[in-house]
Amino acid sequence: MPKPLNIIVCGSLVPDPLQTLEPVETPQGPALKNEQMLPAVLDPWAACALYEAAHLAASRPGSQVTLVSMGPAAKLRQLMMTVAPKATFSLVAVNGPAGGFADARATAAGLAKAIKAIPGLDMSSVLLFGGCSSASRDAGVTMQFVAEELGIQEFFQAVDELKFDGDDSFTVLERIEGGSYLKSACKGLPAAIGWATGSLPEPPNNPRTGMMNMPKIMAALAKAPAAAPAAGGAKFLKTEIPASKRQTRIEKDMTEEEIAKELAAWIAE
Amino acid sequence: MKILAIVHKDSGGALPKAALEAVAAAQSLGGELSVRILSGDAPVHSIDVPALAGAIKSSGAEIVIAPGTSRIMRSMPAAAMRAGAEIDTHITGLSSGPGGVTAQRWAYRQRILCTLARDARPWVLVVDGGAFAPAAPDSFQAEPLPAPAAAARTECLGVQTAAADAQTIRPDAKLLFVAGAGWTKKQADGAVHSAEAAATIKEFLAASGASLGSSKSLVEMGDESKADFGFMSHMNQVGQTGATPRHPKGLSTCCHGEEPHVVGWRFIGERRAVNLDANCGWAQGKADVLYVADAFKVMSHLNRILKG
Repeated sequence: MPKPLNIIVCGSLVPDPLQTLEPVETPQGPALKNEQMLPAVLDPWAACALYEAAHLAASRPGSQVTLVSMGPAAKLRQLMMTVAPKATFSLVAVNGPAGGFADARATAAGLAKAIKAIPGLDMSSVLLFGGCSSASRDAGVTMQFVAEELGIQEFFQAVDELKFDGDDSFTVLERIEGGSYLKSACKGLPAAIGWATGSLPEPPNNPRTGMMNMPKIMAALAKAPAAAPAAGGAKFLKTEIPASKRQTRIEKDMTEEEIAKELAAWIAE
Repeated sequence: MKILAIVHKDSGGALPKAALEAVAAAQSLGGELSVRILSGDAPVHSIDVPALAGAIKSSGAEIVIAPGTSRIMRSMPAAAMRAGAEIDTHITGLSSGPGGVTAQRWAYRQRILCTLARDARPWVLVVDGGAFAPAAPDSFQAEPLPAPAAAARTECLGVQTAAADAQTIRPDAKLLFVAGAGWTKKQADGAVHSAEAAATIKEFLAASGASLGSSKSLVEMGDESKADFGFMSHMNQVGQTGATPRHPKGLSTCCHGEEPHVVGWRFIGERRAVNLDANCGWAQGKADVLYVADAFKVMSHLNRILKG
């Protein structure tokens, strides 16, 4: 019988994609205008990682899922109201920045410190999950930094499929160039997975799951330690929304055949 | 300034365009450039990381440039950390002047453009494909960078294509064809024609050689249309939660949405759109030409013309 897994998912909040984003300068560096007021969602690829983790844990009796999340505590509290009914998990929260201009190395250090502090964590059963990239910083580096901090040598990036072979060995499909996958086999844990979309749909809200999760989540939020401030990091010289408006020629009266001819000529140019 | 460019060959044994672009990015900074070619064609993180970290450390380079390929993105961040280097990825612009090196990258999924610098050295910069013109292959000398096959717990088993019946993602295509959810909506006769839509799209891809992109809502469509669109997956998805490919031209059909979704064709040169809404935010101010028409009919005519 396969042993239980400790699946640790790193993921935090990002502004709802439908919001208008405008950069502003603050004494601490660049930020988003009204950042604290912007509605937030769980980072999309991290959300895929969480759903895959819950699905995997359900197939391995005794397995646990822990979401480790760094962000402003008040915003994490709001976010968890929408995430808690989606999957069964415990939360480890770190009160710190979660924006696109936050330093990835400092974020990873804060996450790794929080993971190391999980009581009784057996690294030989750890699967570290996260998104392959965030929708805020979008650098694709944080999960590797966390894995390095934890001494995890096996790392897979942009994964869409993870299959266990009945023991601790597994195969993964990683996205590579040209719409292809790289298939690899790994002989055991610990390992780190930067998820792409995976294959699971967003689970429907389950109020019962939400009610079971929330007491643990509120307790975790209440004792969330503050992240250490970033030392060094990038110097942002400029942040801007480039003007990208085009003069659109709108053709309402052309027949479909005329449009096709024009498009064919344009494609051939 | 010592600059190191680290690239690798593709499965065919040639330096890919992305590698030549990275070398060009490194050349654009001036300075003393050395180029290393990472060996091996079965990339494994635990093998590539020590090789990359060793090369960064031993080179004494202040700036390290690498292409944003899947292999580099799988291992370079960890390698930079081990080498005591800072790293920034998805670099789309570089400049060097009296004030030092500055780089450009996007935050919030291609919505905010950042210009940044770092004091720390070495500084690893992973450049996005298509952001720099490729260097001439004879414009530089390169030395191999062995990635010795150690006793790794991970074994690379090979490459699988994502779709069994068609390879629809073509990074080097001149045209990106973006299909939106409108293809699977009820048409004028009140019925859904997803089989016809899928056939029309596949016919166009075959006749034009275009790369296929799609909206999130199309790849996450219901079961009703899924069977017909089996050639399309999340790999095709462009936009806020998908890819932002670079192609000289883009043609979108049946796409709708506002600014956040439009980032999918942020890096497309000339853009044309076909949809039924003249005020659609996907096209107004974002496309060069918007044809207000039935995409089913337009694409059928277009397929006939392209097939001669």
